[in-house]
Amino acid sequence: MTRITDPAERAVINGLQGGFPLSPRPFAEVGARFGLDEAEMLATLGRLVESGRASRFGPLWNAEGIGGAVCLCAMAVPPERFEEVTEAVNAHPEVAHNYERTHRLNMWFVLSAERPERIAEVQAEIEAETGLQVYPMPKTREFFIDFRLEV
Amino acid sequence: MLDPQDRRILAATQKGLPLVARPYAAVAETVGMEEAEVIDRLSRLLDAGAIRRIGLIPNHYALGLTANGMSVWDVADEAVAGIGPRIGALDFVTHCYERPRHLPHWPYNLFAMVHGRSRPEVEDKAARIATLIGPALRGHEILYSTRILKKTGLRIAA
Repeated sequence: MTRITDPAERAVINGLQGGFPLSPRPFAEVGARFGLDEAEMLATLGRLVESGRASRFGPLWNAEGIGGAVCLCAMAVPPERFEEVTEAVNAHPEVAHNYERTHRLNMWFVLSAERPERIAEVQAEIEAETGLQVYPMPKTREFFIDFRLEV
Repeated sequence: MLDPQDRRILAATQKGLPLVARPYAAVAETVGMEEAEVIDRLSRLLDAGAIRRIGLIPNHYALGLTANGMSVWDVADEAVAGIGPRIGALDFVTHCYERPRHLPHWPYNLFAMVHGRSRPEVEDKAARIATLIGPALRGHEILYSTRILKKTGLRIAA
């Protein structure tokens, strides 16, 4: 069930996942597209971010695009150790996101590092800290990527 | 790839832009540059692919898209190159990758992320993927995410 009832919020979520203007008053400029003045546009985004419906508002940096690397990794974490292992994994700043999933491999996280050699180092650090194997799942081919979603 | 000024801009914006009328001026003040230079650099970084895009990063859970299914497929290796782009072209697939298998635990070599409002909706969509793969399909599963444990994006030291 979607928690978006405000039409302006819906329009902003669907229409502002990219293309934010690089101009001095971008919120005024972009607000016009949604029928919002600058203050209303800022307030709408503030509500979306503060309520957690937006993770953040700003540039989506691409680790590979700056010469870094990313790697999806999976672990099979015993349920009784899940919280402890989550804490150990998340403590690494290279862990960009981490999801619990329905499988024996129940923890899936993405390592994102400015220096590519950090990927293998962090995997080894996590294995040493937790005593659990990390399964690296680097992409070998990319067929499509568009993280935008519609509500 | 990034010069020291670019890195300062990255460090100042990786958690988001300040929600103020002149966000680039606010960033410029933080990093000790002119507003115009911050705008020029962000524009160049966007063109170069260092920034994928600038905008709202949605939290799909909080938006009600709670059935986030990572569909994983064991596809005959020789068929992946032909099938991958057709799966990637489906409008409900947000990303599609080939990845290494980890036998015997993990036989799957093709990943397609499918978002939906319910598990049956995701399963219907996965059935369409299965049809596309056809006889090259040897097995598949859908791993639903049950919790976001962390979602911060790339972090670099300032």
